This record gives sequence, structure tokens and C-alpha cells, in this order.
Amino acid sequence: MSKLKELEKLFTKGKITRREFMARVSALGLAAAVSPAFLSSTAEAAKPKRGGRVILGSAGGSTTDSLDPGTVSHTMPQTINQIIRNMLVEVDYKGEAVPELAKSWEASPDAAKWTFKLHKGVEFHNGKTMTAQDVVYSFNEHRGADTKSAAKGVVAPIEDIKADGKYTVVFTLKEGNADFPYIASDYHIPIIPEGTKGKDYEKGVGTGPFVLQAWEPGVRFFGKRNPNYFRKGRPYFDEVEVIGISDVNARTNALKTGQIHAMNRCDTKTFHLLEKAPGIQALKLEGARHYTIPMLTTIKPYDNNDVRLGLKYAIDREILVKQVMRGYGYLGNDHPIPRNNKYFAKELPQRQYDPDKAKFHLKKAGQLGRTFNLHAADAAYPGAIDASVLIQESAAKAGVKIKVVREPDDGYWENVWIKKEWVQCYWSGRPTADWMFSIAYAADASWNDTKWDHPKFNQLLKEARAELNDKKRREMYVECQRITSDEGATPIPMFSLQLSAASAKMGFKNPAANWEFDGFRLAERWWFKS
Amino acid sequence: MAFFKLLRQSPLSARIGLAMILINVFAAIFTPYIAPFTETEVVGDVWLPMSKDHLLGTDHIGRDMFTRMLYGARNTIAIAFVTTMISFVVGIVCGFFAATIGGWTDQILSRIVDIMMAIPILIFALMVLSVVGTSITAMILVIALLDSTRVYRLSRAVAMDIEVMEYVEAARLRGEKIWWLMRHEILPNAMPPLVAEFGLRFCFVFLFIAALSFLGLGIQPPTADWGGMVRENSGAITFGIFIPLWPAGAIAFLTVGVNLIVDWFLHIASGLKD
Amino acid sequence: MSTIFVLVAKRLGLGLVTMIVISVLIFVGVEALPGDLATAILGQEATPETVAAFRRELKLDLPPHVRYFAWLGDFLRGDLGTSLSNKRPVAEMIVWRFSNTIFLAAAAAVIAVPVSIILGILAALYRNSLFDRTVSMATLSTISFPEFFIAYILIALLSVQLVIFPSISNINDQMSFWQKIHAIVLPCLTLTMIVVAHMMRQTRAAIINILASPFIEMARLKGIKRMRVIILHAFPNALSPVINVVTINLAFLVVGVVIVEVVFVYPGLGQLFVDSVAARDIPVVQASGLIFAAVYLGLNLLADVLSIITNPRLRNPK
Repeated sequence: MSKLKELEKLFTKGKITRREFMARVSALGLAAAVSPAFLSSTAEAAKPKRGGRVILGSAGGSTTDSLDPGTVSHTMPQTINQIIRNMLVEVDYKGEAVPELAKSWEASPDAAKWTFKLHKGVEFHNGKTMTAQDVVYSFNEHRGADTKSAAKGVVAPIEDIKADGKYTVVFTLKEGNADFPYIASDYHIPIIPEGTKGKDYEKGVGTGPFVLQAWEPGVRFFGKRNPNYFRKGRPYFDEVEVIGISDVNARTNALKTGQIHAMNRCDTKTFHLLEKAPGIQALKLEGARHYTIPMLTTIKPYDNNDVRLGLKYAIDREILVKQVMRGYGYLGNDHPIPRNNKYFAKELPQRQYDPDKAKFHLKKAGQLGRTFNLHAADAAYPGAIDASVLIQESAAKAGVKIKVVREPDDGYWENVWIKKEWVQCYWSGRPTADWMFSIAYAADASWNDTKWDHPKFNQLLKEARAELNDKKRREMYVECQRITSDEGATPIPMFSLQLSAASAKMGFKNPAANWEFDGFRLAERWWFKS
Repeated sequence: MAFFKLLRQSPLSARIGLAMILINVFAAIFTPYIAPFTETEVVGDVWLPMSKDHLLGTDHIGRDMFTRMLYGARNTIAIAFVTTMISFVVGIVCGFFAATIGGWTDQILSRIVDIMMAIPILIFALMVLSVVGTSITAMILVIALLDSTRVYRLSRAVAMDIEVMEYVEAARLRGEKIWWLMRHEILPNAMPPLVAEFGLRFCFVFLFIAALSFLGLGIQPPTADWGGMVRENSGAITFGIFIPLWPAGAIAFLTVGVNLIVDWFLHIASGLKD
Repeated sequence: MSTIFVLVAKRLGLGLVTMIVISVLIFVGVEALPGDLATAILGQEATPETVAAFRRELKLDLPPHVRYFAWLGDFLRGDLGTSLSNKRPVAEMIVWRFSNTIFLAAAAAVIAVPVSIILGILAALYRNSLFDRTVSMATLSTISFPEFFIAYILIALLSVQLVIFPSISNINDQMSFWQKIHAIVLPCLTLTMIVVAHMMRQTRAAIINILASPFIEMARLKGIKRMRVIILHAFPNALSPVINVVTINLAFLVVGVVIVEVVFVYPGLGQLFVDSVAARDIPVVQASGLIFAAVYLGLNLLADVLSIITNPRLRNPK
């Protein structure tokens, strides 16, 4: 029996692998003596190992990228932004807001005043200690008339930001918002040293787990472990490299040949083969990314809800998921809340393809004979044209005429989206129901791509935002989802899964799907198993 | 009839070349009658191996590869042929004009071509196509125009060499017009290198369209074209599935066929007897 | 000699004018594209307010001719400006990438040019033999495949299966010369396979074309050996078209390799150009466009001068 004890000891210490352990135990004829609990408990408790250089192969990089946090809009700079910097708040894999640079926070009863306590002794890469002043500066960079930050709309509800002493920041909002901590987790708003401007952004001074050593936009980022990182024990890797690889086959090859350790955006065509490939772990995660087909309610006949409903019923969602997503997605119910969101309305029935109802509603609106123009380009999302053609076919079976108008990829967001009456579009989704509704469905939202104005919905959204009672809040959001689904101007036929892959050498726990690369935080959260 | 006489004397290689082209042309013309399925029909799983039902297997979204190959022949050959013809007519006419007239005409034409060629062809095409939109007509015209600059340079260079020959000088002294000179003296003597170039350019057009689809322009799906089919299926190679070799092989097959004929022509035109 | 000098000077002057025209064309071209830098960078995230702020900061609200001449003035003073999208000096961005591009092009040319000319001569010498046909078929097949496909096949064989060469060639400054060479073997091979066929076939055609000339017949009648006839008599007279096709392919190696760069993740100038066009980063597009144009015009000038030198009839006009 001592032989078994010895093996158990070796295994627990990581000197031999699980497979070796089992093989040697079986060889001794002792397999039955090993308690299953021993194996599973050690697997869970496997401590992350330190060391090594991790190399990420990232799609979504461009030579014109910048590290100005206000304009990072591609995955590669977004990931790097998170490697060298931190936000006040982190969103974990369950979608909960958890502390990052802020140690804790609390809200006034009306949720309009938020007090954030900061960690003490956090150092920027240049040695400066982070204080409340830096936080105020970092937020103010996105406010004001002259900012070119994409987060301008996100921080617009902030009335005032004040430092209260060295380590406390007080935010006063224009109106109550129970989800404010999520806003402080926005990747556009990392905490940077006061006074960072223009070219300084490219030096990448932040508080993050790695210190920038080399940065060539769209090509390569190289960083070394921040020895003074405020989270003790993290990160596990010594060095991190991010390589921009825009061609999906090149990324797959690089992962197969071991030149990179993780990749994002796998090819749906080859994902089933990648799942079987040796030495590779293929990850299928449920995120919030979804595909929308917004109609401008300011243009006739889209102001008529029967027209909108009719067209929603004329879309065969099952075929779209099967053909356009190749099965790596699930049905949308014409509202933007993903099924892993805590406020997702399970109680709403799934809208199905129904030619009769489509005909009924369009007839009621007196628009059955009309040809509807659907504007599309693959710039909206890869496969948008195919999706439009499929919609055209399923609608034709219901006697509804749709004409697919192909638009040029270049300038699609400027010239087609929110300009033409009915277009293809996508959203990467947001961590909270409030956030998603507020940026694209509230009447006053700058990205309200349907110009939809539903007084009851607007009112409900505002009330739910300031509601701190979770049960009441949920009821309100379910109602919001129902209204959007039944009366909104945005057919949402499908949500997609996030496909990524990593080398089998990589260890991790519960990867988050809110953004690519484990919520952009792979370099901080993952480790090498051996 | 002279053609058949010539054919009877032709070497084996030329006959093989002709057969290869005829197979392609036959497939292109009779596609709807041969093809077991329609162009865009999804008939099974992704990348099925070769079988009785699917002679060449299925492609990346489960369409019958054999059917796609036939439709691909049709689209690819038609587009490439039209494009190459336009570019040669434009390029040769301008090139010969520049060489025979010389002076300002030559300077202006050559500088315009220099400017057009100095901007990388792919990027030029990308810019133009994103302004005018990607229709097949626009693509044919853009590629033909860009390709004609290459033809222009070659035909001008060749014509320059011929232009200084004694017989051209003699014809000039006889008072022949430029158009006559171009047709009767320069064109016949410039044919060999131009024909050789035609063979290659014709094939480059498929490849160029494939390159455009690589960067997101080019012939739009679901229309089948060989270059695009190679592109769409190329991910399979990494996993040891060699399905994209079919369309790539088809391009190679046609290229070799065309060039066997070109070689034969070159041989006749060179006047060499051995 | 002096006539050649005058010719060269003339061509240089014309080249300069061409460059200026190209810079205007590129500028106008980029302006004509739908969308602008502000929306290109912010994409779907653009709101009217942020776009307006962006335009103000980048001076995109000034009329185009004002911006063009401001740029031209700076350029003549040696200031290439800074990238609109990430504020980096354009010169710094371009120098590194351009040297990478030249490195890859040179490596491919060193192999491709001699190989194709020797193959071309041999094919002409032994025309219609088995050797000629084999070379012809082999080169034709290589150019029949789209370049990204050749690249994928090479990667599948030499990188994934045999694990000899890396599948991505992301070279950086910390690598030694030989490490860089090892990294670029596959893109270099891909490019070689693309350009050899064209050059080889034109060389062969040009030589065969000359073989029918009376002076070759004469040389042959004198009893000179075939190899000698071809190398000493036919090849020098076929140089003009050969130089032309070599130039075109050299230019391609420098300016036309965007796809190979994308597949092998090689940090060359082409990728920068394409990205900058997509992002409407006008200073970068301008500068890299001008470099491409300069390379092309320079090579052409060289080809013209060499053609003049090698063509006896043109060298001594009557």
C-alpha cells in the first residue's frame, strides 16, 4: 500500500501526470484502491504554475491601431489594453461586477451617487502611485465636447466626478443607475496616469499585469511581467506576446504548429475538425454577440407595427442558425438579451417562422403586395449577404416579397446603417440588460438604429435602472424584453457562440465569454500546465 | 479549312492541348445538362469524401463539388476570356500606336501607363471596386484595364524593336498609313510574344479574381468560380483534406491546355523547322 | 555615352512628374472612397459627436487641397508627417516595413531570376524535348494555383506535417540574420514559384523568336554549336523582352505581395498600405504609395536604360 501512497504523493506534487499515475497504479493492480474523490479533488486543486512566455494569435488587428483607450475598437488592441492596464471594475465569467482597481463601492439609496474605494499602493509602470486624481482624469478623458472617445455616450450619464481624499472617488449621476459598476468596467475606461495624452498612450503606461516592451500596431506586442502588480501571485506567465494574424487559416496553422498558444475567431468551417485535433482544446462559449436587422421607424411603412411583426414572422431563424452560423449559435427572440443573462426572459415563447402570421399581419397593414428592400453587405457581419438571401427565400414562401440590395463594404456603417430603411447589423452585446437597452433601444440613445420611440418602454427602462430590488427589477426587464420583441423594430434572428482554441498545455478556469480571449484577460488569468 | 489542315500536321502536344480546352468548353456549354444538382443546392454534410452520389465529394457548406466545378468552368472561363480579350485589344492598339507614332503620343500614353502600373494592381483594384461596388461587369472592366497596361508595355517594346526594321522603314517610305503599318507589318511580327503573353494573362485573370476574393472582393458567393472555390475550401488543407485541389487542379488543367496551344503557335510563328 | 546620359536625365525628370501626379491621384482616390478615417476607426461605435470631434482634431474639416499642399510642403522638408490613426511618425513606420519588404523580395529574386533565365535558355536550347515539356508543365502548374493556395500547401507539407519551417514569418529586430532567413523560407519559396514561370517562359519565347533571324541562320551555317549560338548570339539580342519581364516581376515582388504577407503574417509594406487605405490614414497611404511608385519607376528606368544599351539598333540611331 505504501507504493500507492508514494504514487499519490508524486501525483499531488505534479511530478507525474494523471495518465502516468493511472497507468502505474493499474500496473500495480491497485486501481480499485484509488478513491475517485482523490483524483477529482487534485484536478480541481491543481495550482496554477508560474513561468513561460504565452503567445496569442489575434484576429482583429490593424497597422493603424492605437493604444488610445478611447478609440480601441479592434480585438488586438483591446486585449493589449487589458494586458497593460486595469479598469476600476472587472466582469467575471458569471457576468458579475467584481472589484479590480476599486476595492469596494456603495450606492446611495436612489443609486444616483456612487462611492468607490480604491486599492492603496497600486503602482503605475512608471513608478507613480495610483490615486483618486488619476481615476478622475481617466474618466474625464471621455467626457466633454472635444473628446473623440467611443465611450462618450457611456459616461454621458455622469454629472460629476470628485476625488474625496487620496483613495476615494465619488460619482454623481444625472439619474439613478443600479448597474453603474458595469460602466466602470468598460474596456474604453482603464485607469491611466493623470496627464497621459496623445502620443503618451502608445507607451502603454498603466497598472496592468504586464509592462509594455515592444509594440508594433497590427503586428506584435511584447510585454514582461509587472513585478509590482497589485494582485499578489498574478500574472502566472513571465512574458506575453500578442501577434496580429488576420487570416484565419494562418492562425489555425500557427496554433497547430505550436507557434502560438491561443487563437480567437476560429473558422466555423473547420471547427469540428479542430475539436478532434490532437494537442488542442477547442472552446465554444456562449457570449452576447447577436445579429440584428433594424428597420427605421421614421420611414413608412416601418412605422406600422404590423409590418414589423409580419416581417419578423417571415424569417426562418432555424435555417439561419444552421446555414449562416453553421450551427454555432442559437435562436434569437427579437430582443437583445442573451440567454445567459440573469434577466433573460425564459417565460417568453420563442418566435418561430410562421408564413400564415406573416401574411396576416402584412395584410392587416395593407402592405402584402409591397417589395421590401433589405440592404446588406458582409461588412455588417460575415455571411450577412447569405443570411439576407435566405430571409428572402423564406419570406417568398409566405408570399412576402423582399429584395436584397447589396451595399459596398466600405463605408457601410456610415452610409447604410441608420440611413437606409432596413439593414443588416450586428452587436457584440453588453454585460447588462440596462446597458444593452440604453445604447440601442432607448429613444434618446445615440445608436438607436431604428429611431424607435416607445414611451412605455423608455419609462420602464428608466425605472428599472434605478431599482435596487432585484426581483422587481427582473420583472421590469422581462417586460422590456416583451415590448422589444413584440413591438420593437429590430428583428433579432440569432445569437452566435464564441469559437476559440488554445494549446492543450494551457490551464484555465471558467473562461469568460463577455469578450474574446477570456474577457480580454487571458494573459492574466491563464497559465501553463507543464 | 486551313485550320484543319494545320491541325492534321500538328504535333501530339498541341492535340492534347486542344482536347483539354475542348473538354472545358464542352463542360461550360452543357453544364445544366451534365450537372447532377443545381449551382447552390446544399446536398449533404460538409467535405464528404468522393462517392457514387457525389463524384468529387462536397464542399465547405455541403454542396456537390462536381456540380460546382461545372458551373465554375462556365463562369470562370467566360469571365477570364472576356477580360483578357478586352485588355489585349486595348493594350495592343495603344502600344502599337505609341511605338509607331512616337513623340508626344508615346510620352503621354507611357506616362499614364507608368502611373497606373506604379500603384500596386491589387490595391488599385481594391480602391476602384470599393468605390464603384463589386459587380461582375465592374470587375471585368477594372481587371481588363489594369491588365491592359501590362499588355501595352509588352506590345510597345516589341513594336519598338520591329519598328526600326528595314521593311517597316520601306513601307513607311512607300507612304503607308499608320493603321496599315500596324496591321500588316507590326502585328504579324509581334504575334509570338503577344500570344505567349495571352496564354499567361488568361490564366492570371482567374488568379487575380481569386486574390480579390481573398481580400473580400471578387465574384460574390454563391456564384461558383474556381479561384473563389479554392479560397472557400482552402481551410481544409490544414486538416489533411485535399478537396480544394479539385478547383486548383482545374485551373492548372486549363492553363496547361491553353499554353500547349500557345507553344504550338509559337513554334509555327517562329518559322523554325526543327 | 552622353546621349544615354541625356536620356536618363529626361527619364528621371519625367519620373518625378509622374510621382507628383501619383501622389495627387492617391490623395484624390482616398478622398473619393466612401467613409473617412473617423468612421473607419470608430466603425459602428461612431456617433455624430465623436466623429465631429475626430475630424476637428485631425483637421479633416479643412478643404482637401489645403491639406494636400500642407502635406506636400512638409514632405519636401523631409517631414513625412504622423499617422492620423496612432500618431506615430510615418517615416519610422515605413522604414522598418520597407526594409522587410526589400529583404523578402531580394531573397526571392536571388533565387528566382537566375533559375528562370537558366531554365528559359535551356528550354529554348532543347525545345520540344522531354526536358522542355517537363519544365513547361511544372512551371505552368505552379502559376495556375492562387498564391495563397501555394502558401497553404507549402505550410501543410513543410510546416504542419514535416515541421521543418515555421508557418508564420513574423520577423522582428531581435532576430539574427540567419533566424530571419529561416523564418522567411516559406514565403520566399511561394514567391519564387509564382514568378519563375512568367520569366522563364518569356525568356524561352524571346530566344526562340530570335532563332529564326537571318544572322542566327548565318551563325549556324558557319558551324557554330547550338549552345554557343544561343548564349552568344541569340540571348544578347533577346535581352530587351527578358529585361522587361524581369523588371515587371521584380516590381511585383516589392509591391504586389500583400496576400503572401497576410498568409505568412510578414510585416511588409503591402499590409501597411492596405490597412491604411481601409482606415483612410492618408499620410501613410501617401508615403507608402509614393515608395511603391518610386520603386516601380526606378526599376522601369533601369529596364529602359538597359534596353537601350543592349539593343544595338536603338543605341546607334541613324
